[in-house]
Amino acid sequence: MSKMTRRKFLSVSLAGAAAGTFTLSGKAIGAAGFTGYPDGMGVLVDLTRCIGCRTCEAACNEEQKLPAPAVPFDDHSVFDELHHGGTQKRRTDENAFTVVNRYEAGKEGQPAYRKIQCNHCNEPACLTSCFVNAYTKTKEGAVIYNSKVCVGCRNCMVACPFRIPAYSYSSAFNPVIRKCIFCYDTRLKFGRPPACVEACPQEVLTFGHRKNLIKVAYERIRVNPGRYVGHLYGENEVGGTSWMYLSGVPFEEVGFDTTLQKEPILANAQAFLSNVPMVLSIWPALFLGFHRLATRGGEGAEEKPATEKREDI
Amino acid sequence: MSEHGPGIGQNLPGAGRRGGPVNRRKIMKPFNWIAGSVMVLMVICLPLSGQGDTLKLPETVTLDNLAHLYGGAEFDHDMHLDIAADCTECHHHAAGVPTTNEKCARCHGPEDTLEAQTCQTCHAVDPFSAEAVTAKETDPSVYHIDKPGLKAAYHLNCLNCHNEMGGPVGCEDCHERTEAGDAFYHSGKYAPSGEGTSSAH
Repeated sequence: MSKMTRRKFLSVSLAGAAAGTFTLSGKAIGAAGFTGYPDGMGVLVDLTRCIGCRTCEAACNEEQKLPAPAVPFDDHSVFDELHHGGTQKRRTDENAFTVVNRYEAGKEGQPAYRKIQCNHCNEPACLTSCFVNAYTKTKEGAVIYNSKVCVGCRNCMVACPFRIPAYSYSSAFNPVIRKCIFCYDTRLKFGRPPACVEACPQEVLTFGHRKNLIKVAYERIRVNPGRYVGHLYGENEVGGTSWMYLSGVPFEEVGFDTTLQKEPILANAQAFLSNVPMVLSIWPALFLGFHRLATRGGEGAEEKPATEKREDI
Repeated sequence: MSEHGPGIGQNLPGAGRRGGPVNRRKIMKPFNWIAGSVMVLMVICLPLSGQGDTLKLPETVTLDNLAHLYGGAEFDHDMHLDIAADCTECHHHAAGVPTTNEKCARCHGPEDTLEAQTCQTCHAVDPFSAEAVTAKETDPSVYHIDKPGLKAAYHLNCLNCHNEMGGPVGCEDCHERTEAGDAFYHSGKYAPSGEGTSSAH
């Protein structure tokens, strides 16, 4: 057995630690500073303007060539629908990439409405959770996906903080994930706004560059402070989203999750994951070192008195 | 926007006033001719004064240049004239009237009136085209970066006021659904028969 001195053990451990840190932290730091593509587009949703006409739902259905709905899009009885034992209002699904819900939270007894669809996060959790790399965040701001490579693991459904990706459970042979893609294929990549934006009669939806929409939103709050709660939802939530919201009533009263972190969901796993390779490289050396020290200590205990004796002589 | 009104101005205040003095002149025949001449002069001058301008106002306006899912809306301009406090309620600082909105008035003084009267002079039919978005965001001379498009200008202006004043707020109260609209909304004869796909879980 070769001699393992304490100095040798420490130097091996430090070298391993340094190597592990250097290989990974570069990438981790780069991702942490990413705040979205500078020219990314977005949509500002001003809920104070929404009248619950569901025209956006019909426009989405037409544009994305989705199957006919169960009830007409001008039927407002859907606002009374409750699912999962009366606990949940309508959600997006494989055949409806956007839905509007009604809440009894409006001012002066008026109902308040809220449109939901994919918010197209700057750093999408669905994307980072996908192990076949089906998702892409395009430079225009859309979060799109390649259903041809989707294996149906549904990790993205769990990862999404807004519970948007839906699964085509109705398909027996080729079920895939489906969600709003910002009309990327037919409109956004040609510089045109999504179908729902164009169809909305009230311009609840304003299309533009994300960074400009933030200015527009704060200008609306400044000019009309009584109309809005002073928060732009999506500016910072989970690292920022391309779709952002203004509301006249507290966000939690119209179905928003106001407990979301400001950091991207990715950040939760990033700190842990960046340590994994370091642990893999250091721990073998560390424990080998402990083992050697311990073993040497055992042998040394027998040898030491002998040496000391020799020295004494 | 097409404007109807062969009988333009018949029911307007200006028209009533023009009729008034003419009748009175006949009644005043026994009085001296100077008084009569003054009346005639007033009648001639009337169209040149502010009152006379209202004679040009349309009785109804058909708002139909965006008609597709819904037909055009017949806007009773005459009736709204009686309700609105003044023209700026809808026309901002256009139509030759200064704004009364204090926020607009900070920049647009009493002299700053526009000749434009129709909504689409300022409000774009296609507000989110690539060109419109770029122009709005890059042109430093454009102050109104948050100006709604034409469709929103109509709906926001009309519906906000109708909500406050208790006016009609249903879609078909103002414009009838077209067949293209029925197909779009899967309504009417395009309504889903029996079991369609559920809209949510």
